[in-house]
Amino acid sequence: MEKSYIIKQISIFSENRPGRLAAIAGALRDAKINIFAFSIAEANGFGVVRALVDRPEDAHRTLTDLGFRVSFTEVIGVRMRDEPGGLSEIAAVLGDAGVNIEYAYAYSGRDGAVLIVRVDQVEDAVRQILDCGGELLKASLFQ
Amino acid sequence: MGCWNRSVEAMPPDELREIQYKLVKSLIGRIYETSKFYRRRMKEQGVRPDDIRSLADLGKLPFMYKQDLRDNYPDGLFCAPKDELVRYHVSSGTTGKPTVVGYTRRDIENWSESLARAFSSCGIGRGDVLQVSYGYGLFTGGLGVHYGAERVGATVLPTSVGNTERQIELMQDLHTTAIACTPSYLLHMGEVAERMGVSIKDETDLRVGFLGAEPWSEQMRSRIEEWLGIRAYDIYGTSELSGPMFTECSEQKGIHIWGDLALVEVIDQETGEVLEPGERGEMVVTILQKEAFPLIRYRVGDITILDDAPCACGRTHPRIQRIQGRVDDMLIVRGINVFPSQVEHALLEIPEVGRHFQIVVDRKGALDAMLVRVEVSEEAFSDKITDLMMIRKMVEHRLRGSLNVGVAVELVEPGSLPRFEGKSKKVVDRRSL
Repeated sequence: MEKSYIIKQISIFSENRPGRLAAIAGALRDAKINIFAFSIAEANGFGVVRALVDRPEDAHRTLTDLGFRVSFTEVIGVRMRDEPGGLSEIAAVLGDAGVNIEYAYAYSGRDGAVLIVRVDQVEDAVRQILDCGGELLKASLFQ
Repeated sequence: MGCWNRSVEAMPPDELREIQYKLVKSLIGRIYETSKFYRRRMKEQGVRPDDIRSLADLGKLPFMYKQDLRDNYPDGLFCAPKDELVRYHVSSGTTGKPTVVGYTRRDIENWSESLARAFSSCGIGRGDVLQVSYGYGLFTGGLGVHYGAERVGATVLPTSVGNTERQIELMQDLHTTAIACTPSYLLHMGEVAERMGVSIKDETDLRVGFLGAEPWSEQMRSRIEEWLGIRAYDIYGTSELSGPMFTECSEQKGIHIWGDLALVEVIDQETGEVLEPGERGEMVVTILQKEAFPLIRYRVGDITILDDAPCACGRTHPRIQRIQGRVDDMLIVRGINVFPSQVEHALLEIPEVGRHFQIVVDRKGALDAMLVRVEVSEEAFSDKITDLMMIRKMVEHRLRGSLNVGVAVELVEPGSLPRFEGKSKKVVDRRSL
């Protein structure tokens, strides 16, 4: 049951220099892969691009074939109300559920806002969040 | 000119050659008896001790290579009984195995004698305070210069490397008159001193620098001399020879090689043929009086020109010009020898990164900075920045451990590093000397 909420995010290693994001995004465009959300984390000299896409397997293969270092990471998407207080509400749920966030980013689209979260014990987190009344995205949205 | 040992240093060239011949003869006789390695080498070459009948016959003898030192790690080339050794020094080899050099009491004495003559030829002796800012320990620089300075009667201030502000304070308080260190470290000291509001030129007694263990240039000499108000002398040696052994004299026109201690040939790197003085080539060294770790026709790998004309200082021993490069891909970073093959070797032991690499050496301020660029392996790639940073730290730590010099590591995208073998792309040296 918990597994159906675990989303495959793709993570791509990138050097911190001009043109690297363009190369990644261009490759996804050419493969007609849609990006729902993404973020860039940076350390000095390098970064990791993280993205939720509609076809993660294809994205992984496409980028790997082009020589990128790519991995899948399990994340969960917590729905939020797209209005003041939305994040605060969800953050409280995660706190109550005892979920420690490793990193998070968010997007807001037609169906409301979503907080994408990477946690340590993902199945436990899913259970706790649902128990505390949180609403999670189904992984099937991302194949 | 203040000779330490005038009868030797100014002896007629013919006499010096006669002494060299006798020393070579007895060295070869002794080595043929005691060194299994060199006896085999000589037999392979079809040469016996009796075949050495003049100094020119030295050319009949086989070469020794850095590889030989590695193959015989740790003490396979030693020719003195173990209980006669009074010291070891260890330097990094081209790959995993270091080079161990052993010294008998007499070896240390000859090494000190060599430097005592050198220091005297630059006017340093009793009443001087010599600050030794070479590293002490396994590296030969610190202890080598230390013993030479004590021999000549100078007062040694053994600061070793690092803690630069304290070095400058001590330089002022204890009235240092001479310093031995790498040229880049002296430039660094100059900068740190200025930040402290101290002018080395006007507010210290420093007047002489013995600078070496890394390549430098005449331009750098002029800059150091003008800026710091000192005379800067080139000092030469490598751990295999003993350590730093020879310097320029006050004329600053080449490094005197004491002919009764060492015999230098310059050869054509390709054919091995001995070149005439004045021709540029690879330096080959025979240390004439070494007991524990003799070197016969050792190919040091440095490129220079031999000059056997008498020096204006009155010394008759031959000189070599400032080292003009290397025959191999050895780099010198902060005075420490680094071979790209060491980096390769170290990376093979670290599964988190690939085997491809690029070394970038630059000069940050006065000091060398070495960067090694590596690719994260597929298995080790994590999307957590902290994991990647830990990998980088770990690789830095491991490389530092095997190279003995601080290294910064940069993680790069797979496939972005040069794939083909060869030095040109694997090493980028941006330093201008």
